[in-house]
Amino acid sequence: MSRPGEWTRVRAILWKDLVTEWRTRTSFNAAAFLAALIVLLFGFALGPDRVTAGAVSAGVVWMTLLFAGVLTFNRAWEREIENGALEALVLYPGDVRSIFVGKVLANVVFLLAVGALVIVVAGILYGLPVREAGPLLVVVFVLGIVGFVTLGTFYAAMASRLRAREVLLPLLLFPMLVPLLLAAVEATAALLTGDLLGNAPQWIRLLIVFDVVFAVATYFAFEFVIEE
Amino acid sequence: MSAPHEPALALEGIARRFGRRWVLRGVDFTVARGSVVALCGRNGSGKTTLLRIISTALTATRGTGRAFGLDLARDRGAVRPLVGMLAHHAGLYDDLTASENLAFSLRMNGERTEPARVAQALEETGLRHDANESVRGFSAGMRRRLALARLLLRPPALLLLDEPYASFDMDGITLVNAFAARIAQKGGAVLVATHDVARGAAVLQRAVLLESGRLVPMDLAAALAAPAAINGDG
Amino acid sequence: MEAQRSTGGTATVLPRWILGFGAFAILFFMASQVTAFTISPAERDMGNLQKILYVHVPAAWISMVSYFLVFVASIGYLWRGRERLDLFAASAAEAGVVLTGLTLALGSIWGRSTWGTWWEWDPRLTSTAVLFLVFVGYLSLRGFIEDDVRRARWSAAIGILGFLNVIIVYYSVQWWRGIHQTQSSPETLSPMYTLGLRMNAFAFLFLMILFVSVRYHTAVLERGAEAREEEEALAGAAHV
Repeated sequence: MSRPGEWTRVRAILWKDLVTEWRTRTSFNAAAFLAALIVLLFGFALGPDRVTAGAVSAGVVWMTLLFAGVLTFNRAWEREIENGALEALVLYPGDVRSIFVGKVLANVVFLLAVGALVIVVAGILYGLPVREAGPLLVVVFVLGIVGFVTLGTFYAAMASRLRAREVLLPLLLFPMLVPLLLAAVEATAALLTGDLLGNAPQWIRLLIVFDVVFAVATYFAFEFVIEE
Repeated sequence: MSAPHEPALALEGIARRFGRRWVLRGVDFTVARGSVVALCGRNGSGKTTLLRIISTALTATRGTGRAFGLDLARDRGAVRPLVGMLAHHAGLYDDLTASENLAFSLRMNGERTEPARVAQALEETGLRHDANESVRGFSAGMRRRLALARLLLRPPALLLLDEPYASFDMDGITLVNAFAARIAQKGGAVLVATHDVARGAAVLQRAVLLESGRLVPMDLAAALAAPAAINGDG
Repeated sequence: MEAQRSTGGTATVLPRWILGFGAFAILFFMASQVTAFTISPAERDMGNLQKILYVHVPAAWISMVSYFLVFVASIGYLWRGRERLDLFAASAAEAGVVLTGLTLALGSIWGRSTWGTWWEWDPRLTSTAVLFLVFVGYLSLRGFIEDDVRRARWSAAIGILGFLNVIIVYYSVQWWRGIHQTQSSPETLSPMYTLGLRMNAFAFLFLMILFVSVRYHTAVLERGAEAREEEEALAGAAHV
């Protein structure tokens, strides 16, 4: 199929996922509520003094995102599997990888929303200088979520079709996310503590490399994982 | 249509196993253009598996298959536009309306949404009044109709129907048969996996039986005369 | 279409060359360990620290080699569809996991006696731990998939992704520890150590080759037996 045709397919999947999620909001509500809860609990667990330090709160924010986010990836695929839609999707003429791209984009939007909520809640509970951190914080945020979602969506495409999917997805996904976690946390911490001369740019570069490498790799590998 | 002298479907030695269990053991089958063939067999005989292989959703473990001369395994991309399946699980989205499901389907075909075409398809399947209803509330029969409407948007050259008459009222069955007849008339072919040959009497021309993983020809006339005799558990 | 099948031959439990090579590899490993202990001088500050390096530096290198084999075999499998490439990838992954598991355990034990802690977040140890988990995940996934074709395809995909992460993990952890360094990490070594390191590197390499060969051989035989059962199942019940 021609490029515009594939793009139409990607947009179709993106639209469908966002609309169905918007109408039921079950996944979002669950993820958002859980995320807020985790942020609160970390406040108790670590104590208000420790948690307001930029470095620590950055870690809390990203771990919260990871835990809340990992729930959504399996769910996104299960919606297709439970009514036999996945097979129907694969059989449409065109590149099956567009399905992956559409799903990734939908999950990115979803997690950006959850993430924004996490930042707001953490900003309030931990007194984070979010505004002072500047636009680079948004960049870090988006890059981190893109990498997380790319790998998460890819691994969930497999895990969601197996038993023990709830255990298998974190087991496969989290070790792969270590570089992303390091980079995102360090960059976020640097920005939140006002460490402008610090390492944020370097970590951002790492995030970009991570995102690009895995976006390309998962894109090409997807066909082997979706076809039977 | 590509390679006009090629049959609609030509299968040779198609075998498929799931783990150690062989479901299909060497299916040889040819379907000429313009024909409507019934694929009969007991529950669990592998009819759905065979249809899924023909639709290219599954690859065969062994053997070769060609649809209109195109290899099912190697030319999947070229085969997919030509084949359409009415599957057991409709693959509809409960949280979308009937129209939205069809619009989605159009876009997944790479086409633009045209409300007129969507409305037309809904009209032809008797779902005009439910166009803006969420599919969640649809009965099994309505879902079938909607799945059929989806096929109407892009009529395939090779139509695969998996138990089309189950949970379907008489009007629905008439619709399916009419659709099948049209496809065959246009030079395509239709494969109907069914227990219930009688319901397809209007369009079926030929029948085969899937037994022990292989296909054997079946006497359609005899089957129509005494349907209970061939299918073990109906 | 079915990937090229591997039907095992009628070999004995292990072919002779593996037994011979195994004996050599184990003796060489023992020799390297002894050499490492005897010829290298004891560091004033670090005590037996460098002894740890003899284990986890070479083992880290060799686990990279194993994972590289997984990577190459996985790509080969997706490209060609030859089942043996999948079996080889799995064998290399198992060897890698065993070796890195050993590295981590030994490193931890020796660290305990040297520093008094079971774990130090030094870059090499940490990266090794992460990659250990990545490939444990690879093996776990295989355990969950019953269909052999699906298992081969899916694990090839994650084997490739896992290896791509190797460099990124090493780099990012190295860097991360560079920022949070509270104790100096033993990066610079005198030439006295390098002989011991090199010998151990080869020792681990030979051990890895041994593991992979044994595992691969076993896997081919197992698959061969399964393939024979499948053929029988196909032929049987043909005349019902």
